[in-house]
Amino acid sequence: MQIEELSATTSGPVFMQRFAIALALLVTSAASVQAATAFISNEKDNTISVLDLETLKVVKTVPVGRRPRGMVLSPDMKELFICAGDDNRLEVMDTATFEITRKHETSGPDPELLDISPDGKILYIANEDDGLVTVLNREDGKALAEIQIGVEPEGMAVAPDNSVVVATSESTSMAHILDTKTLKVVANVLVDTRPRVAEYNVDGKEVWVTAEVGGTVAVIDSATRKVKLKFGFEIPGVRPELIQPMGVKFTRDGKRAFVALGRANRLAVVDTATYKILDYVLVGQRPWHIDFNGDGTKIISANGLSNDVTVVDIASLKAEKSVPVGRLPWGIVVKP
Amino acid sequence: MVSAIGEVLMRAHVVALLLVVCLLTPARSEEAPAGGGSVPSVHAQIAYLGKSYAEAEPLSLVDKIYDDKGVQGARVGIVEDNMTGRLIGHDYKLIEAIVAEDADITVKARELLAGGVTMIVADLEPADLLIVADLPEAENAIIFNIRSSDIGLRHDNCRRNTFHIPPDWAMRADALAQYLVWKKWYKWALISGERPKDKDFAAALRRSAKRFGGKIVAEKTYAYQGGSRRTDTGHQQIQTQMPLLTQNLGEHDVIVVADVEESFGDYLLFRTFEPRPIAGTHGLIAASWHRSYEESAATQMQNRFEKRAGRIMTERDYSAWLAVRTFGEAVTRTASTDLAALRTYLMSEKFEVAGFKSQGLNFRSWDRQLRQPILLAGPRALVSISPQEGFLHPKYLTDTLGYDEPESKCKLKN
Repeated sequence: MQIEELSATTSGPVFMQRFAIALALLVTSAASVQAATAFISNEKDNTISVLDLETLKVVKTVPVGRRPRGMVLSPDMKELFICAGDDNRLEVMDTATFEITRKHETSGPDPELLDISPDGKILYIANEDDGLVTVLNREDGKALAEIQIGVEPEGMAVAPDNSVVVATSESTSMAHILDTKTLKVVANVLVDTRPRVAEYNVDGKEVWVTAEVGGTVAVIDSATRKVKLKFGFEIPGVRPELIQPMGVKFTRDGKRAFVALGRANRLAVVDTATYKILDYVLVGQRPWHIDFNGDGTKIISANGLSNDVTVVDIASLKAEKSVPVGRLPWGIVVKP
Repeated sequence: MVSAIGEVLMRAHVVALLLVVCLLTPARSEEAPAGGGSVPSVHAQIAYLGKSYAEAEPLSLVDKIYDDKGVQGARVGIVEDNMTGRLIGHDYKLIEAIVAEDADITVKARELLAGGVTMIVADLEPADLLIVADLPEAENAIIFNIRSSDIGLRHDNCRRNTFHIPPDWAMRADALAQYLVWKKWYKWALISGERPKDKDFAAALRRSAKRFGGKIVAEKTYAYQGGSRRTDTGHQQIQTQMPLLTQNLGEHDVIVVADVEESFGDYLLFRTFEPRPIAGTHGLIAASWHRSYEESAATQMQNRFEKRAGRIMTERDYSAWLAVRTFGEAVTRTASTDLAALRTYLMSEKFEVAGFKSQGLNFRSWDRQLRQPILLAGPRALVSISPQEGFLHPKYLTDTLGYDEPESKCKLKN
């Protein structure tokens, strides 16, 4: 009907313009067919829930090794790497078919969290039981090195320029900075009790480290490798010991950060210029890890104690919907 | 003469060097040297001082008998302290000093103190602990009690140099009481043994009942002559004795049992006159550690311990591990082994140690007892963790367990 109208009533330039709009609409709807997908690791179910972020429906539940926790997407987004801690291995999922294609027993014992180099070639894996970081070649799954750090390694973040990797060890309360060329520890930075997650900000000048028991975030200056400042959280009516900072993500414009606060059941919204808390958003119970949807307009939390994920709209800072997944959801990674 | 001068010069040199180090090193260094210096700057010596006391054997054959409870936890703790220390030029040494039960503890204690070993993990019964704590040489030592749940040690018998890692009987009884009250099991029948520790725990249960609105509706003592856990034909006798023991207790919701010395507690389960749950030293127990506990990364601790010790981690192992980790935490954060600095730090708001309880643990200022959530465990699985929902405290919810500041008879100035 619209086309009829167009052909019947419009002359050249106007027609072209309308045609362009129609084309743009077509392209947009074609793109939305390729909806973003969230992968959620269910620690107690030994599965990965695959969530279509358009429909917010779980499209597949994939059985994996025991106690799946940390996950990372390859830069080309074709593969998802999953730590199966109790099976002491890394599993690799094809993100198009959702099939497990490879299993690497070379991940080191009890892998918990991991990160991948920007060129997609090297994986850095925290081995929680043995105080190690295992460096793995993605191509053939060969372990290239084991680096001894502190007790209970967890957080892992490769610098955007690929120069160093920041690993945290929970019991030692440190962030360790490892040189990616020499594979040696080049600095140890003491932070608050039980550091969990390390995350580089958008320009790579800072790395934020959350301390679950200490209840704070340490902002480490990438250049000086010193703690620039630490900030905590205060929520009226929530006891301090329930505030357990865990996952951190920065918005694409770098202006805000979201911090999952564990048993406080909230995400904190932080202004990255002033380090002030702008708001707290109530989500499900014990959010651990978080990630953005495909276009960065929503943030989604994996809630361990309520067995669901919560979608939060970033513009309005409102929790829009919670979707049940498996038992004890731990990690979440979105393929845009 | 020459050597004396040399020594003085050397000493002056060392003092000058120390001053330089002090000036250069901030009190709480945020950044540590990379990779660990080849020459450690801080040496910490921790003694594990204990006696090999004869202990009551567990009634259940499922519970193995270990003669190294505690020290195995300290060994795991020292490995972890060194993993951290290695990175910042600190090193730790554990000196194991376990003497015979009939030995005079002062001999070993004096030897350690004279050798400058003033951080002590004490695996000692109250009388021996107090002897050590009261030695003049120990005045400025830091002693961590890892063995005794005795209330007196945290109360009228508290000492300035002694901190307490395991929960006392009052904390344990309160942890149970909160759960029983939460379950609305208000009426308790108390059955206790006749040995001193049984009586201590029974007294703590009576206090907890009053505190949290429970009521002890009946009390009985039982003096089962234990001594052998191997009784090939034992169950028939027990099957007839336990119903008799639990008859005529009036209307009750639960039987609370105080049998610290393992003479009959396990026999009550499933044998009571009326079908009732058992809580206390058997059945549902209150403890700071249990094999069934996995939350807040406890699984990692259980795995690490089992890998090194070849057996499960007992509560005393956990206390010893936590004591050694607490020393490690204080040394790491103060970058010092100075006793005054360590004590100040341990007593400050800044101090917290992580013990897999999902919150930082610190010491109560009034009696130097560690604040901690208490596990409630059945024979095979975790049941709950106290404090329970709804038991409130203006400062720490964990201070609803045990003697709070106004009730404490410990009159120490910090």
